[in-house]
Amino acid sequence: MGAQKKGATARVSEDPEELARHPLQAILLADSFTTKFRPITLERPKVLLPLVNIPMINYTLAWLESAGVEEVFVFCCAHSKQVIDYLESSEWSSQPNFSVTTIESHNSISAGDALRLIYERNVIHGDFVLISGDTVSNMSLTQALQEHKDRRKKDANAIMTMVVKQSKPSPITQQSRLGTDELFMAINPVTKQLLYYEDKAEYSKGFISLDKTLIADNPSVILHNDKQDCYIDICSQEVLSLFTDNFDYQHLRRHFVKGLLVDDIMGYKIFTHEIHSSYAARIDNFRSYDTISKDIIQRWTYPFVPDVLCGSSAIKVERQGTYRASERCTIGSNVTIEGSYIWNNVTIEDGCQLRNAIVCDGVILKSGAVLQPGVILSFKVVVGQQFVVPAYSKVSLLQQPTQQDSDEELEYADSTSGTGELRSDKLNGDIAPDLSEIASELGTGGVGYIWKVFEGAYDEEWRHSVAPIPTDKLVKLMLDRDEDEELLTQDGNIISASGELKTDSDGNGSEDDDNEDSRDDYVSFEKEVEATFLRAVHENVKVDLAVLEVNALRLSYNMASVDCGGAIFYSMMKLAVESPHNSASELHRNAADIVTTWQKLLKSFLHDIDEEIEVILKFEEMCLESAKEFAALFPQILHLLYDKEILQEDAILRWADEKEGADESDKVFLKRSEKFIQWLREAEEEEEEEDE
Amino acid sequence: MDFQVVVLAGGNSKNLTPLVSKELPKPLLPVANCPVLNYVLHQLEQSNLKDLIVVVEGEDAALLVGAWISGTFIDRLHVEIAAVPEDIGTAGALRAISHHLTAKDILVVSGDLVSDVPPGALAATHRRHDAAVTTMLCSIPVSGPLESGSSGGKDKAKKLGRYNIIGLDPSKQFLLHIATGAEIEKDARISKRILHAVGQMEMRSDLMDAHMYAFKRSVLQEVLDIKDTFQSLKEDVLPYLVRSQLKSEALLNRTSQGEENSNEKVSSQNNQAFISRILANASTPSFHGLYSENPDGSSSTRKTHKCCVYIASSSSYCVRLNSIQAFMDINRYVTGDADHLLSPNNIIGPSPKLGTKTTVGPNCRLGEGSEMGDKCQVKRSIIGRHCRIGSHVKAVNSVVMNHVTIGDGCIIQGSVICSNVQLQERVVLKDCQVGAGFVVTAGSEYKAESLAKKEK
Repeated sequence: MGAQKKGATARVSEDPEELARHPLQAILLADSFTTKFRPITLERPKVLLPLVNIPMINYTLAWLESAGVEEVFVFCCAHSKQVIDYLESSEWSSQPNFSVTTIESHNSISAGDALRLIYERNVIHGDFVLISGDTVSNMSLTQALQEHKDRRKKDANAIMTMVVKQSKPSPITQQSRLGTDELFMAINPVTKQLLYYEDKAEYSKGFISLDKTLIADNPSVILHNDKQDCYIDICSQEVLSLFTDNFDYQHLRRHFVKGLLVDDIMGYKIFTHEIHSSYAARIDNFRSYDTISKDIIQRWTYPFVPDVLCGSSAIKVERQGTYRASERCTIGSNVTIEGSYIWNNVTIEDGCQLRNAIVCDGVILKSGAVLQPGVILSFKVVVGQQFVVPAYSKVSLLQQPTQQDSDEELEYADSTSGTGELRSDKLNGDIAPDLSEIASELGTGGVGYIWKVFEGAYDEEWRHSVAPIPTDKLVKLMLDRDEDEELLTQDGNIISASGELKTDSDGNGSEDDDNEDSRDDYVSFEKEVEATFLRAVHENVKVDLAVLEVNALRLSYNMASVDCGGAIFYSMMKLAVESPHNSASELHRNAADIVTTWQKLLKSFLHDIDEEIEVILKFEEMCLESAKEFAALFPQILHLLYDKEILQEDAILRWADEKEGADESDKVFLKRSEKFIQWLREAEEEEEEEDE
Repeated sequence: MDFQVVVLAGGNSKNLTPLVSKELPKPLLPVANCPVLNYVLHQLEQSNLKDLIVVVEGEDAALLVGAWISGTFIDRLHVEIAAVPEDIGTAGALRAISHHLTAKDILVVSGDLVSDVPPGALAATHRRHDAAVTTMLCSIPVSGPLESGSSGGKDKAKKLGRYNIIGLDPSKQFLLHIATGAEIEKDARISKRILHAVGQMEMRSDLMDAHMYAFKRSVLQEVLDIKDTFQSLKEDVLPYLVRSQLKSEALLNRTSQGEENSNEKVSSQNNQAFISRILANASTPSFHGLYSENPDGSSSTRKTHKCCVYIASSSSYCVRLNSIQAFMDINRYVTGDADHLLSPNNIIGPSPKLGTKTTVGPNCRLGEGSEMGDKCQVKRSIIGRHCRIGSHVKAVNSVVMNHVTIGDGCIIQGSVICSNVQLQERVVLKDCQVGAGFVVTAGSEYKAESLAKKEK
């Protein structure tokens, strides 16, 4: 007993020592695994892009050093060679008490992969700071670290502390000034535990759905729409092993944080630390590039401002939001530059106009060229004389990658850009023959491709652009919002209707709500099946193929085969109704023809009795709602289906039995087909007798 | 103050059988020998809210309640009694008396509320914000420990743990979200639109709607008019108003038909918004104001209304008498350290006659004219008027109403004995409720049962 106690106390006293013994480590992800900075990032990694004339990674490293981090592991993936070369040649490789180690990977496609790789290397020994190489901050880590450690001592499950900052998104665009989407978080105000995180807001949904247990467990929960995620995390070692255990985690926030919050893995918890006066922001897109550049120029990020970081280079701030790189840029006369970013070795000839553009190294603007707001000119692009580059265009010497995967997951894959790197090498050699062809796109003497904007993505373009949001967009959004509201209020009314229901019978209302989504799915599924079926009818598609198509639809909509049978039958009957007919008997003939032709298709989805019953129910529903003309023909059609062996008598009888107990109004069709059922029953009895 | 008070006194409550009956409607159920309605009326009187409509379910009950009020509060309050059919819900009751409402603002309070929170404070908050609705929130009451069967009490407390899920703005002045009834058991759905407007919302599950509201009359009448399916104030009307606060349909649609008040409201919308801002003591306009502004700063046509809250301090007492458990709790609380809840007319008459060696512990209340035999023990219990209690009777944690006869040697624990009950000798009751006029035969023992005369 005594010994045990001694051991326990010894361990406690050891604990802080143990924590202190490890030098503070940091993992810096020098790859954001996104494609938002394309086309620039095809040629140079994002972390090396100049931010007020200094590569972004310098801000991050300088902050880490000042915050007391002693060992940084820089994870490089895309353009890893460029990053490594840069770090080796920079002052960072020779700092005392601050070691920068690079970890190179060529096949990581996400932050998850990166962390898994780092876990394998076994270099992290304690708590570490996880940050990406495009983060600018001047916050002090001491307090956040202390909070993290204190929490860890009390609760070993507190494995991560996320830094957040106040930032209210615009009520109209619903994005922060950094151009990131709005973020919804739920935080326990006392413990600061993060309970809910939604960054990829679904605009269609007007509601946030908080799990009931979440509210049950926390008497008070604060929902935030006014916080910004700084993407600075203090993590414990468990984070790495969690990534390894859950090999499908890719995205730090979308998978890891959500996974922990929703799936409640081993009871691990995430906490938040809010910073108030210091600066922390991540360059996620062109808009944040613009915002953070301005912040840096206005010295919000002090001491991490260009003149402190490298005192030698002279920075001129010409006008608010405009600065000119001093290195070997030539700018002609009568040039208007507004709110633009012009990197090194840029030549701008006379009479050019630039508004809210990013112009990369080596670009040449021939005289009279005009860049409309939001233009991105990647490296060495040449814009021809008098050429007007349309708003939001992205121009590069490299052709646009052809993969048009809107799916985010896949975008990671091509953003590894090992390919991009290769291609740029190749292109240097190949560029000459292409020139004449490229030239046309950018006017006479111009060099470069104007990237096509993916369909649908165009709307989003202005959201993340360097250019401020044009007023007509704002007006449009305002109007949209009003419309949305109308929808939402209608929504609200629907809910209240079910709310009223609840006062009578508790169960009903909630069930309806749950079913709503699946019902919507089903309706669209039914439509698809109908379209497929009609195509099959009109184009004489073989039954096998139609079966295959419907099966594919079933999988993509995640429906049961029960639903398929119903949907196909629905389409068949609808076709029968829609084809011309004058009398009920003609309609009956129509239906009979269709059923005869396509019975094989229908039959292949009716594997058991339940599915057959579903068809009958579906038919009943149709007779009541969409195709009332069938109501009179109900027993005949039923008989027809029986004759064609689409429905077994068991199915019909079971349907009849089920309906026996239903309301009078529900039994209309049962009564109509009473004769037929009677006949079936008798036939069955006879059979049984025969068997005996 | 231009406030009209509607007291929803209810009638025959199923939750409280067998305590209430036709002869004793819920408003007149005695709490510490004083009808529960008295507590509300007393508080209203203290706040100088004297223009009352008491709504009672059922004609008979209304007569009884009316008789009692005119006997007790005559010359002190201006009370109208309105009888409404049973089971039409709180919203239905208000709809039924809607034509009686004339004042600018209406205070609606449940008649079974036993509280020391001044209604005037709620009314003042309502006026200050020029709100469409203001609701009172209070901490969830802790179900007091019962000496007998404490485990049962605990279970109950757990089950009753959450009444509402309430969303508040950071200043805790505005109500942004409310979930009641069955909604609580579902995942909470919070409107992003409201969250956008306000930025930060605190979700509380440790507060409950105390069933005291102040409404702007025009808003209330319009909502009741348009939404004729709304039955309950708490579950339909209030959530509706909260939901639509940034897009106020109630004010938008019916401006022309509305009386002079609402006409004026629309024409002077900007003006009012401005004034309410000043009244709200806010250096920055409230989110409602901000939301209704266009980006260029001009006020748009968007209509908003405010849903405000008045949060009673956690030390105040606020419980609704809507269950037997609550009845016991309230009785215990009122006789305990909450003398201030009782109005002066509740002073107990000449002390009852006690037999020799009979002890009456603290936190007890004996009504006038009651007599007790020898060697009785009374602890934490309430004995009504004109009761006859024999010898060797033990009463712990119990409520005995008026004109009850208790035979020798009875033991009563945690029970409620209604008026005119006769307990014969050596009856043992534990956690029971005995309905009015019931006769418990000698020597019988009951535990956790509800005894009542069969309704004919």
